[in-house]
Amino acid sequence: MIKVNNVLQLISTKIPIGNWVEVLVNFLINNFSGPLEGFAGIIEWMVNNFEALLSYFHPLVFILIFAILAWRLKNYKLSIFVALGLGLVFNLQMWDPLLTTLASIITSVVVALIIGIPIGIIKAHSITVDLITRPILDFMQTIPPFVYLIPALMFFGLGTVSGVIATVVFAIAPPIRLTYLGIQQVDDELKEAGHAFGANWWEILMKIELPGAMPSIMMGINQCIMLSLSMVVIAAMIGAGGLGKPVLRSLNVVDIGLGFEAGLGVVIIAMVLDRMFGRE
Amino acid sequence: MGKIEVRNLYKIFGNKRQKALEMLKNGYTKQEVLKKNNSTVGVDDASFEVEDGEIFVIMGLSGSGKSTLIRCVNRLIEPTAGSIKVDGQEVLGFDKKELREFREKEFGMVFQNFALLPHRTVLENAMFGLEIQKVEKQQRIKRSKEALNAVGLDGWEDQYPEQLSGGMQQRVGLARALAVDPEILLMDEPFSALDPLIKKEMQSKLLDLYEEMERTILFITHDLDEALKLGDRIAIMKEGKIIQIGDHEEILTEATNDYVENFVEDVNRSRVLTAKDIMTKAIALLYPQDGPRTALHKMKKNNLNSLFVVNKDKKYRGIVYIEDVVDVINNDELEFEDIIKNITKADPEDNLRKLFADIADLNVPLPVTDEDDKLLGIIVKTNVLANLASEGKFDQ
Ligand SMILES: Nc1ncnc2c1ncn2[C@@H]1O[C@H](COP(=O)(O)OP(=O)(O)O)[C@@H](O)[C@H]1O
Ligand SMILES: [Mg+2]
Repeated sequence: MIKVNNVLQLISTKIPIGNWVEVLVNFLINNFSGPLEGFAGIIEWMVNNFEALLSYFHPLVFILIFAILAWRLKNYKLSIFVALGLGLVFNLQMWDPLLTTLASIITSVVVALIIGIPIGIIKAHSITVDLITRPILDFMQTIPPFVYLIPALMFFGLGTVSGVIATVVFAIAPPIRLTYLGIQQVDDELKEAGHAFGANWWEILMKIELPGAMPSIMMGINQCIMLSLSMVVIAAMIGAGGLGKPVLRSLNVVDIGLGFEAGLGVVIIAMVLDRMFGRE
Repeated sequence: MGKIEVRNLYKIFGNKRQKALEMLKNGYTKQEVLKKNNSTVGVDDASFEVEDGEIFVIMGLSGSGKSTLIRCVNRLIEPTAGSIKVDGQEVLGFDKKELREFREKEFGMVFQNFALLPHRTVLENAMFGLEIQKVEKQQRIKRSKEALNAVGLDGWEDQYPEQLSGGMQQRVGLARALAVDPEILLMDEPFSALDPLIKKEMQSKLLDLYEEMERTILFITHDLDEALKLGDRIAIMKEGKIIQIGDHEEILTEATNDYVENFVEDVNRSRVLTAKDIMTKAIALLYPQDGPRTALHKMKKNNLNSLFVVNKDKKYRGIVYIEDVVDVINNDELEFEDIIKNITKADPEDNLRKLFADIADLNVPLPVTDEDDKLLGIIVKTNVLANLASEGKFDQ
């Protein structure tokens, strides 16, 4: 009987996972504050510069450029939709939050690609890296995006930087996966031909593997953009600026009108980007 | 000294290679090693020499280790044991960098499934090797264009591989290998994926190129016809071992074991001997300026009842029969041109069975013409029958 009691007591004692994580996070913050701050600085710098670049144009010029781009990329119907949609956002006086959102998305995507594509390349060449990253990627793609907010908040505090970082973590899996997949799918005989003519690993990568993997990589970039978009409102919960902010605020104060207008802005930018850069 | 010297080469796939090697050296077979040691034997104690400037063919059924062997020569596959010398240099002694340089300058390789880069044009594909060699751009374009020209692909430079037929794709593969001006061409079943007609054409093309450029070629095939057509010498592989090496005659007549015999059996002489082997020179020919009277004279003199007509450049025109010639002489309305008749022609590569079928119900000799329609010779029925009879295996 005593033994059973002991076991029961052992089972019902709370495992201090929370404490452990706290210790770990504190350790990281205390010992890696330099690199973390540097990273945050780079992200902030990127967002600011993209925003400055985007607001360099008058909104109407901006809309015109986007409309022409839409025409070039797809067709004239889309360019009309783009012009009307962005025009509406401008009219609703949501232009500045729109640019902030766009700048955050662009930064998130650029960072996710800069980190994700090389990881994908390494993953395709190293069985060890492949085995290590596989469960991590599975894990990252199953847990809900809200969960990313917590570590981002802990490391980088409230603000746009945290939002971007949570977005990067959420959107980085497809570029890694699809770069890896694209390179894996390149015919072995092609690589063999490269070796047979004396190519080194860099030449094999640049002249054979990456060009062959390009369609797959493009698909990864596309999915990365779409996932970043879906984080716009969620990222606002940890203080990211942009269109998500008024949406959240309207939820708190139950302002139906504001909520609808801001929500419309999110929907429009999502549709515009999806239609312009998405696959048919 | 041979151009390539391979000595006691082994390649074993799997984790317990040394153990497997020991087993092979103690006389175990490929199957036994697989069963007892869970390793696949790719090449088992292969030794051969390839002379400078010859076409050396390695032939064997699928899975016999041909691809593994040819890939050991330029170390695309790392051999487990043995020695490979090219120009007296030990290939297995090279470090990574030396090996790359050696591959660059020594080898051109052609692959079974072409291995062309789909995102590159024909010209860009042909340039690949030169690009790796860091040849300057103008020079690169010039040399790849020459190579494409040599394989007959002028004007296709800007197409993409998928726009080309299989035969043309392999020409690009060949041009890519030739462009780097290699000492040795390694060809792993380069024509196996092509349909028979294109395959023949490519074989002839390769022989033409070979005559022009004097290179050493190591050629892999599973097709005995192809081996006999191209190879100066032939090595036969079975289960990773080289079981016979020899020239045509030796391979066909001195089959050293059942395996080779079986291989050779269906390629008996009736398939090996072709029209060009048994054709004879025509005793007399007619030329356009010859009139009916000359024709009759030539026929009587040579005791013939028909004559073949050719142009000045020996281009084949047709045949005239003695009764028609007599008709023309007796009838002013008829022109000599009108009595030139067409009959079946033979290709110099036609085998005895085909010739027999063609000639069976013909009362005149069979003309043999090349692709330019030039008359090369004639075949008489008795000649075909004699050869078939001496073969003795024509019982189908
Ligand atoms: N990478 C590999 N791993 C394991 N076994 C292999 C590998 N490559 C070839 N083999 C085996 O080696 C043997 C010879 O194959 P291969 O050289 O491709 O034959 P061939 O070219 O004559 O068809 C086969 O039994 C094949 O299964
Ligand atoms: Mg093979």
